[in-house]
Amino acid sequence: MIVLFGILVVVAGFATRRNPLLIVGIAGVVTGLLGGLTPMKVLAAFGTGFAASRSVTIFVIVVPIIGLLEHGGLQEQARTLIGKLGALSAGRLLVIYLILRQLSAALGLTGLGGPAQAVRPMVVPMAEAAVERKHGTLSERARERVRSYAASADTVGLFFGEDCFLAVGSVLLITGFANATYHTHLEPTQLALWAIPTAACATLIHGAQLLRLDRSLDSLAAQASLERGLPAAVGRRTAKADHNPAQEAK
Amino acid sequence: MIQAEWLYWLVGALFLAVAAQMATDRSNPKRFGSAAFWGLLGLSFVYGTWVARKTAPAAPLGAAVLIMIVLAGCGFTGRGAPRTPSPEQRTASAARLGNRLFIPALTIPLVAVVCSTLAKHWRIGGRPLLQTGSETIVGLGLGALIALAVALLLMRERNPNVALHAGRGLLESIGWALLLPQLLSVLGSIFQVAGVGTQVGKLTTHILPGDNKYLAVVLYCVGMALFTVIMGNAFAAFPVMTAAIGWPILVTQLHGDPAVVLAVGMLAGFCGTLVTPMAANFNLVPAALLELKDQYGPIKAQIPTAGALLVCNIAIIAFFAF
Repeated sequence: MIVLFGILVVVAGFATRRNPLLIVGIAGVVTGLLGGLTPMKVLAAFGTGFAASRSVTIFVIVVPIIGLLEHGGLQEQARTLIGKLGALSAGRLLVIYLILRQLSAALGLTGLGGPAQAVRPMVVPMAEAAVERKHGTLSERARERVRSYAASADTVGLFFGEDCFLAVGSVLLITGFANATYHTHLEPTQLALWAIPTAACATLIHGAQLLRLDRSLDSLAAQASLERGLPAAVGRRTAKADHNPAQEAK
Repeated sequence: MIQAEWLYWLVGALFLAVAAQMATDRSNPKRFGSAAFWGLLGLSFVYGTWVARKTAPAAPLGAAVLIMIVLAGCGFTGRGAPRTPSPEQRTASAARLGNRLFIPALTIPLVAVVCSTLAKHWRIGGRPLLQTGSETIVGLGLGALIALAVALLLMRERNPNVALHAGRGLLESIGWALLLPQLLSVLGSIFQVAGVGTQVGKLTTHILPGDNKYLAVVLYCVGMALFTVIMGNAFAAFPVMTAAIGWPILVTQLHGDPAVVLAVGMLAGFCGTLVTPMAANFNLVPAALLELKDQYGPIKAQIPTAGALLVCNIAIIAFFAF
């Protein structure tokens, strides 16, 4: 029973907004020691766990290329490109990205997309350009909202697309666990089939959320111009200049 | 045969190069702390190869991980002044290069997909070209290298160091969040060893009264979501909740269709992943990558969807499993 204390550490840590690295580190050490591991074994558990999970961090390999392309104007070009597509609002653009992400993930192409490869260099500049075309400049709050929703479209699309594909980690985990533990004969095809209803619900529900984004951006823009008493004119650059010190403070 | 470990060494080398740059970056007030963090991370990536093969002791790596936690968790790391071209320069470059800028960006996923589908079957001298089981990871690495070459050619940039500098800026903005996903996976394995799963299973069976199937479905799905919120990972919650409720009660006792129960149960866990900062790689890392002030921005955008989908999952099991 006492090993559950580790879960309490996690919950309490987040409730008091401590640094997540510290929370997880402390919860791991506490749980290990309470579970009867020696300090040496706890260290070893941290080491083996780290070595076994390096693939999670592998996306870092694309970071220099994306940085280089951004120096070359990738985000600006994405903006120009979407500027040519007349009627596409930010919300509609993100709905299209959500569906594309779901479909490609359902075909097993989970590598097409992701926050580093697609959202930052392409999707966000396109969505922001769509908002700018409609409302002129982008307030800090509007930018935050557009970017948060762009990240959410990617995540929701991936989660509820990939399970419709047979050879994905979670489907294999389910069949592996059930067939080994309960001596049954679950087929990946059956599981993938039963992921489809949830995938359809996800498209409808999150798609509706993304379309609502347009309306909330409209009211943000109206509010901003009311507050300033003039048609929104304070430029993007001011917002950007405010940005970095705040990030430092975090 | 191209091995996944080579790619880990490349990532390790990238971290080490970034650390060396940071140590000399006078615009970063905490340059030595930062250099120590990224340097240790680089060394850990390389040393991890032998830990994974069980030919080197794991404890030193564990100690390094704890030092990294202290360095980043107690605020000994910082970031330097970003050195990016001016907006005018970038616009001019965009005008010159046009849509060709997308070619390298699209090369990465294209190569990754080719590797995980076609190149998987390629053989040289009877041995597979890419390490079996790691084709996608190897493909991502190959895609990145090819894309880098294409980008340098396209931009007529002779100095690959420019990419390294640009990458460092991005890595500094991600910061400590980069380490969290791996740490969570470590926490999961420690929970496993310490027997947390069994305890939670016992607790849940105590709570559940009699044979009310709808209540059992709700408990299974909500339990999956809640435990995923705590662990940051539905894969860690799945064996626990399935052993506690999913199999013994929903399948064995109430004769639910196991395919529906287990497939949708896992998806109920994914609803938890959408709303937890513990799932750092899906929620905090994108927030850092997109330079959001509010690191919980993506989570806030996902909360309504997660709630509604959890209800859908409960309904799907309740209607279709029995």
